[in-house]
Amino acid sequence: MSIKAENLTYIYSEGTALEQYALKNVNFEIPDGQFVGLIGHTGSGKSTLIQHLNGLIKPTKGTVYYDDVDIHSEGYNLRELRSRVGLVFQYPEHQLFEVDVFSDVCYGPKNLGLSREEAGECAREALELVGLDKRYWEQSPFELSGGQKRRAAIAGVLAMNPKVLILDEPTAGLDPKGRDEILDEISQLHKERGMSIILVSHSMEDIARYADRLMVMNHGEKVFDGSPKEIFEHYKELETMGLAAPQVTYIIHGLRDHGVPVDSGITTVEEARDAILELLGGGRHD
Amino acid sequence: MIRDITLGQYYPVDSVLHRMDPRTKLFGTMIFIISLFLANSVVTYIIATLFLASAIRISKVPFKFMVRGLKAILFLLLISVSFNLFLTDGQVLIKLGFLKITREGIRVSCFMGLRLIYLVVGSSIMTLTTTPNALTDGLEKSLGFLKTVKVPVHEISMMMSIALRFIPILVEETDKIMKAQMARGADFESGNLIQKAKSMVPLLVPLFISAFRRATDLAMAMEARCYRGGEGRTKMKPLRYHKQDYRAYAVYGIYLAAIIGVRM
Repeated sequence: MSIKAENLTYIYSEGTALEQYALKNVNFEIPDGQFVGLIGHTGSGKSTLIQHLNGLIKPTKGTVYYDDVDIHSEGYNLRELRSRVGLVFQYPEHQLFEVDVFSDVCYGPKNLGLSREEAGECAREALELVGLDKRYWEQSPFELSGGQKRRAAIAGVLAMNPKVLILDEPTAGLDPKGRDEILDEISQLHKERGMSIILVSHSMEDIARYADRLMVMNHGEKVFDGSPKEIFEHYKELETMGLAAPQVTYIIHGLRDHGVPVDSGITTVEEARDAILELLGGGRHD
Repeated sequence: MIRDITLGQYYPVDSVLHRMDPRTKLFGTMIFIISLFLANSVVTYIIATLFLASAIRISKVPFKFMVRGLKAILFLLLISVSFNLFLTDGQVLIKLGFLKITREGIRVSCFMGLRLIYLVVGSSIMTLTTTPNALTDGLEKSLGFLKTVKVPVHEISMMMSIALRFIPILVEETDKIMKAQMARGADFESGNLIQKAKSMVPLLVPLFISAFRRATDLAMAMEARCYRGGEGRTKMKPLRYHKQDYRAYAVYGIYLAAIIGVRM
């Protein structure tokens, strides 16, 4: 169940004066069950990239393989692919349209040709997965708060039972509590259901906490690809791309510059806390 | 996908025509249209051709953009030319069954064809050299006299510019909504007419909601800056005639006089 991109290139408005490379020769393979963080500055091509993965955009050059089959080969069922590779866009307002949340979540499975009962079953399961309280199910999706709308939108995609879930900035515009809740639920989907997750985000803190692997995009090119530890070593280069490592990375490197022997591979606040406490000679905090 | 659509026809280069006051161009286009209907002889058409050719030269817009608009009227052009060619009475040159081609027919149909082509090319010179906003501005100012009969000229032109401003935004939004629904298995292409209409609901509902939201936001932002309509409102860049505009008006005068002179 892997997704593979080979020499992916996409050019906007090709052949006109406004011609612009959105993606330049991008290669990667995402095996089953990985949690990938995709980061990059606005306009770096990350949104364009994820839309290639479920066939919404056809690459100008290069190929996307799902399970080793070219998704743009003749006769390939793109609708089927989109149910396997679920994509949740940034703004839930772009997809919510039904009179109540429950029917909206049913829209996806119904498009796959499931009966009303089967679709309802999928929707119920998806809504429970994202932790949206039952009392909201009969409400209009437009009356929900930002975080609940986002949940309803994610449920709308989950209801199709995807194997891979791609989320574009799922925490943009949420308060810290809503953000943590959404990310925890996504992480649970990853752990319990073995789903592959591709998370697009600006926030290094979020990504460092959850992702096994990071891909960094800049000007349409993939510049880094590796574990968060490896990537944040390059924090100086990240800064030149308008990105930054998590704040804790700066603290760790600052400590090391002052001769404090902490491990430079620390990426989360919890790890840093434990390492510093250990150095201070105290026991573990928990 | 949809984002490749270009809006309006404005062709951004720097030329005397681009810098001219939009009112001058509006007025010039009107003069040109009137002159086409006054033209009735070879000499008058030569004068009109010269006028048009020099306007094209001055505008610095490639010629192929001018003739692009002709595609839309190609059918109309063919019909009117062939009707005039075959159905005009006069000195018969060729006879094919009930169809006949006369000397007068050839003359009238040539003039008719030229007139239509010139009409389209002439007005596209204006839209190619003027931004939609400048055009609305020019219209507002030229139609200002209607205010005396209580026509809300300023409000209408404000509505026009807001509409123009929002078209690209809504186009982009439509693209995003379409993709979001396609990611949920929506299909906007196949099916019969009723199925197609039904499949538009998941597209139209979010689009309308977003349009209404944007409208409220914009209205609030305008009110927050004390917008209250055209009464006593001044402009940051008021339209003002420059030397080139007076020159243009002089050219229009000479041109129209020449056409009328030859006609008499």
